[in-house]
Amino acid sequence: MLTVLAVLLVASAAFGLARHRALAVANGKPSALHSRPVHHAVYAALLAAGPALALWAVWAVFSPLVLRWIVEASLPPELLAQGPELRRFFMSTVLRLASGLPPTGEVTPDLAAAAAYYSRLSSFGSLAVLVGSVCLALVLARLALSRISLEMRARNAVESWFTTALWISAAISIATTAGIVFSVLFESMRFFQFVPVSEFLFGLQWSPQIALRADQVAGSGAFGAVPLFAGTLLVTVIAMAVAGPIGMLSAIFLSQYASPAFRDVAKPVLEVLAGIPTVVYGFFAALVVAPWVRGFGESLGLDVSSESALAAGVVMGIMIIPFVSSLADDAIMAVPQAMRDGSLALGATRAETISQVLIPAALPGIVAGFLLAISRAIGETMIVVMAAGMAANLTANPLASVTTVTVQIVTLLVGDQEFDSPKTLSAFALGLTLFVVTLGLNVIALYVLQRFREQYE
Amino acid sequence: MNEVAIEVEAPKLARLLDATYRPTAEQAAALVRRRYARERALKLAGLTGLAIGVLALGLLLASIVPGVKAFVRHAIVLDIEFDAAVIDASGTRDPREMAKADYQELIYRALYRLFPEATGREARRELRSLVSVGAGDRLRDMVLADPSIVGSTQRVAVIAASNIDQVLKGSIDRTVPEESRVVKDRTLAVIDRLAEQGRITREWNKSFFLTGDSRHPELAGLYGALIGSAYLMLVTFLFSVPMGIAAAVYLEEFAPKNRVTDLIEININNLAAVPSIVFGLLGLAIFLNTFGLPRSSPIAGGLTLGLMTLPTVVVATRAALRSIPPSIREAALGIGASRVQAVLHHVLPLAMPGILTGTIIGMAQALGETAPLLMIGMNAFIVDVPRSPWDAAAALPVQIYIWADSPERQFAELTAGAIIVLLGFLIVMNGLAIYLRRRLERTW
Repeated sequence: MLTVLAVLLVASAAFGLARHRALAVANGKPSALHSRPVHHAVYAALLAAGPALALWAVWAVFSPLVLRWIVEASLPPELLAQGPELRRFFMSTVLRLASGLPPTGEVTPDLAAAAAYYSRLSSFGSLAVLVGSVCLALVLARLALSRISLEMRARNAVESWFTTALWISAAISIATTAGIVFSVLFESMRFFQFVPVSEFLFGLQWSPQIALRADQVAGSGAFGAVPLFAGTLLVTVIAMAVAGPIGMLSAIFLSQYASPAFRDVAKPVLEVLAGIPTVVYGFFAALVVAPWVRGFGESLGLDVSSESALAAGVVMGIMIIPFVSSLADDAIMAVPQAMRDGSLALGATRAETISQVLIPAALPGIVAGFLLAISRAIGETMIVVMAAGMAANLTANPLASVTTVTVQIVTLLVGDQEFDSPKTLSAFALGLTLFVVTLGLNVIALYVLQRFREQYE
Repeated sequence: MNEVAIEVEAPKLARLLDATYRPTAEQAAALVRRRYARERALKLAGLTGLAIGVLALGLLLASIVPGVKAFVRHAIVLDIEFDAAVIDASGTRDPREMAKADYQELIYRALYRLFPEATGREARRELRSLVSVGAGDRLRDMVLADPSIVGSTQRVAVIAASNIDQVLKGSIDRTVPEESRVVKDRTLAVIDRLAEQGRITREWNKSFFLTGDSRHPELAGLYGALIGSAYLMLVTFLFSVPMGIAAAVYLEEFAPKNRVTDLIEININNLAAVPSIVFGLLGLAIFLNTFGLPRSSPIAGGLTLGLMTLPTVVVATRAALRSIPPSIREAALGIGASRVQAVLHHVLPLAMPGILTGTIIGMAQALGETAPLLMIGMNAFIVDVPRSPWDAAAALPVQIYIWADSPERQFAELTAGAIIVLLGFLIVMNGLAIYLRRRLERTW
């Protein structure tokens, strides 16, 4: 931290000095310079700070490894002979001691000596890096200052650094996708070493509670994900049965019948639904809707589970109403006015215009909106975690309790887990499936939009 | 030609093509009536659909309203004898010793004095269950603030137990038969007597905003979650906003327009539609397992949410940059500015309102996000208020999830209270975004 501050101090001094010097070189006539004084100043500051901060960063990242390696090499031979497990434990205690934390066990002289050696090395290293980076910054700042002249192309240098920084940011943003794919894929691969892909995708039994003893082969968990896919499908179908009609009808009313003033009020109100956090919907589903559904079902003499797929599905449907309605609204509004006018001029009523002209013309947009809404419903987590069940039942009964892919991911990964059991790894396989399916739906939606959109210009 | 308006349906088509067909006036009138009835039906259906949507929103909000009850709580006014023998047995008035005294006992003694007829073990246990297990803390604070009250008798309002609070707020129904009710008839009678004597008061539930989580609902607070969320937002902001804006500026202003850029565009749009829980898996695999960041910490959660917010910021920034007309850039380039100067001095400042709006909306989404944080382990039960982004912490939405899952009745009220707080923050953030858009955005 001190190093960073010192380097920044040097850099800001370089900034001021370079600016001053550039003006002095130009004899108070900045137009004589190739680059403006501020470019020279930024050039000097960046040249001073960049390499010095890089040196510090390298130290900060690699010093724990290097120090540990040196300290380990200096340990007495009888300690080294104890095997890697004990040595690792010994070193972690050394690190605790060196960073001033209370030790976990008794402090032996060996431990104290190693910890003291570690602290000595560490503080020496930090000091060396402090001096080194400040010197580096000073030398480079001096160099930059001496380079200032009328012809010096400081602006070009600064701008090329700037665009490089932008490029790196863009590269990291894009690397995120690769990161998702590879991290999830990698863990899934490890899972598929335990469980074959075909069993995962087509197996009908899901009970990931793995056997307690390693030799209990028969008792090891079953990883057939079909009940989860069925549960997800059931909840999604219920959600779309709610959101589809309500969203479409609202879009039709808002785009065709409502007065502009009414539309300006009603459309944002409906869109508030999209801004409410999903955990709030989860609360609504679990504590309000589920008891209603149960009470209503029981009054009809039906046997309703308290964690029914119906309650979760209906609330999820409410959540995705605005997705359907605003995308359908956009698609309907995008149909050229001439077609609407033409249909009305032929004597068609508004209802006829909507059902026979506007909806067919807007169909690609509407279908894409539905697909995006389905993808949203499949990936939704909190509502089903809070309102749907945990038991993997293979059923199409909306009143029964089902579980979904997202619920199982949460159940499997919440709590402390060791990271090489099929149980935890199966969550990554489920995540991969989820990613592939939602991505596929998005790609299909984009394709539908591009392929089938009528060009009316 | 047929003078009746055309309706193209298969059986009618033959009639239409028949040039000699002439409907009678009644037939024509009936057709028109039918068509207008259908028109009205569609309009009504549309309005119904919209009404159901709005009604659902109304029900959702209505179910949260009882949460305002969480902002007040009930206390029982008791005459507490600050017995020196209990508080300060050694008589030294040492604050450290007095801090450790059994203040709960003083409250129980005051209760026994108030109800001398309750002598049995069972009756006394019921009396003790009237007050919160954390009620003594208030006496301790009083003594530490003013040691001279030791030995005197003072009227103090002590926090009532959660069940008692629920009875007084009407959340526990007194008409339910005794065997299926948490609070028994005898306790209800005691509460009524206390109320008759004016010993029941209401006070602001300050600990709801000033303390961390607790197993006891009457003592549980949001403060730890609020601080946790603040750290999360800080990390998310620092990670996603500078990088997102830089990436968008590069892609929109500097990158060559070719297939690669198109691919990147599709890629980023798809990233915005990836389920949030997949980002949680990514955070777990990369930040916890590979980089070894501490579990349940805002730094790991914030970076995960940052990855999730990044595409939102990139998309919003690109849209804002695209809405700046090319003439601005061309004018800047025309008078000799470099491309970097044109972007930094002209395009970016003009696009700032749009970027800001998109950023605020992205941050609001991140604030309400729960699922990725569960993957990072932020649903752990954490009482302490985090001191840095590296400490284990809860977050506002995760706290809601934890409380919603807790069996005690009063937690439902706290959950709704916490939702009110969360929605309050979201309303402020979205309101700010709308205000900025109205105020600063210009059309070209």
